[in-house]
Amino acid sequence: MRTARNRRALTTLRVITLIVGAVVMVTPFVYMLSTSFKPQAYVLQNPPQFIPDPFTLNNYVQAWTTQDFARYAMNSVIVAVVSTAVSILISSMMAYAFARFEFRGRELLFRILLIGLMVPAMMLIIPQFVLAKYFGLLDSLPGLIVFYVAGSLALNTFLLRGFFAALPAELDQAMQVDGANAWTRYWRLAIPLARPALATATIFTFLASWDEFAWALTIINSPGNRTLPIAIQLFQGQNATQWGLVFAASVIAVIPVIVVYLIFQRHFVQGLTSGAVKG
Amino acid sequence: MVVLNERRGAAPAAPRRPAASPDRRRSRRRRGWLTPYLFMLPGVALFGVFILFPIVQALQMSLYDWNILRGAASDFIGLDNYVRAFTDDRFWLSLSNSGIYMVLTVPPQIVLGLAVAMLLRSKAPAQPLFRVLFYLPVVTSWVVVSLLFKYLFADQGLVNFALGDVLHITAGDTSWLSGRWTGLLAICALGVWKGVGWSMMIFLAALQGVPQSLEEAASMDGANWWQRFRVVTLPAIWPAMLFVIVMLVIGGFNVFTSVLLMTAGGPGGQTEVLLTYMYQQAFSNLDFGYGSALAVILTVIVFIISAVQLRVFRDRGES
Repeated sequence: MRTARNRRALTTLRVITLIVGAVVMVTPFVYMLSTSFKPQAYVLQNPPQFIPDPFTLNNYVQAWTTQDFARYAMNSVIVAVVSTAVSILISSMMAYAFARFEFRGRELLFRILLIGLMVPAMMLIIPQFVLAKYFGLLDSLPGLIVFYVAGSLALNTFLLRGFFAALPAELDQAMQVDGANAWTRYWRLAIPLARPALATATIFTFLASWDEFAWALTIINSPGNRTLPIAIQLFQGQNATQWGLVFAASVIAVIPVIVVYLIFQRHFVQGLTSGAVKG
Repeated sequence: MVVLNERRGAAPAAPRRPAASPDRRRSRRRRGWLTPYLFMLPGVALFGVFILFPIVQALQMSLYDWNILRGAASDFIGLDNYVRAFTDDRFWLSLSNSGIYMVLTVPPQIVLGLAVAMLLRSKAPAQPLFRVLFYLPVVTSWVVVSLLFKYLFADQGLVNFALGDVLHITAGDTSWLSGRWTGLLAICALGVWKGVGWSMMIFLAALQGVPQSLEEAASMDGANWWQRFRVVTLPAIWPAMLFVIVMLVIGGFNVFTSVLLMTAGGPGGQTEVLLTYMYQQAFSNLDFGYGSALAVILTVIVFIISAVQLRVFRDRGES
């Protein structure tokens, strides 16, 4: 009897602790959402308002219309979609070769790829800038895409290689007996079977490109080429920070990410547990 | 070298579909050895040009007084940039700030992440909901959360209100972002808040592998909660623990966006960390050589940590 009551008390304590923790985690988001509906005069009021009064949609209207925000959002979509598609295609080809063929230099190439996994992106930003300048890629969307693809190759190849290697080799051989060449086996067999791993790699690559800040900050100058993180950061830079505007823009940028996360939760867990993915 | 699958496929005189024309078959066999290289080509080319070459070039640039202007000569100055770094007070300040960031963010992320994972494991009510809520900051962009925390830690922000008017811990007038220690504290608070969900996820996955029977047996033997945790749970999740530690330490060296957006290294460079200092040297002072030397120093530090990480993985594979 006593143990039952104890257990119930423990469960209650556990839930209360979790609720307190969750409140701490979520409050900043709630407050951000709330501020995005406040007029500028009310954003730093004491005591703080969680329910905006007066309530205004003006920040969203202003972000979307006067600030060319649609353009920035479009740039972000283009960069993230193209980077992800190209990166997944190229790294899955590499992963397939690593997993299904034996060739001279395979081990060496794989080791070199692992180096790429260990060198943090920021460490290369100076020589990459010089390189981008040399190729005329500064201040352009292709300049973002090329480096986002290159930067995500190592991790994606690493993730996908493991998955391809785990596919039964008999399927490959059966197709080969039927006269399918390597490309057909890759495209018609390995790729469809690897859909879960591809989904994981796709999500992580997409989010990384969508959120990338340092490289875009470094090479993008003209307003027409800004991506969302750059645009949001600039709202904050102009004289007195327009917090309502900043957070209206942030909410717009964050919503797709949260939706993607909620839909593909399962793949997030898989990606985390299968290797070195740090969000 | 012979392609593994081609060789296997060719051994039995397998009946081929007539559809595969003799022409194609012959050319395929001739090109067989080439196939894997063709698969590798686009990736290797991109990787070589945009990742490997810059790695080499960073080393080279760090030995020059690099001039970014076209046509201007860059002088070879040997190890001068490195010597300069080691005698540069601001380098040491930013290095110590990076160290402080690690000390203040890594242990809390581990302890809190593990605590939440323990609370959430085995049929906690509404487990999926809590998991999502704790993980939300992890998927949110650094730019957004950095600005959000800058706003929360503003002089008239929510944090001062909560500490002063609600909890009465402080007078509620702390100017967080205009001092070295308070600024670092705010930056670290963001780091912990954003990272807890990640370590929680890793620990949750690891905890699933802890044999329930062992825990029950320990419980029967009269082991209390702490003993069970120390003797049964902790050894079982130890590999995950090491993984989390190494990743978080490396992540600590990579802190950049939050510092840049919350304090911009200010006031007077007091909250500068290694990466913001490197970035400033390169892209504000246009001192690419010195910036590269700083990047190389950082890379060496990270590589030493990564070497430890690889060893950890090897041990994990053996056990």
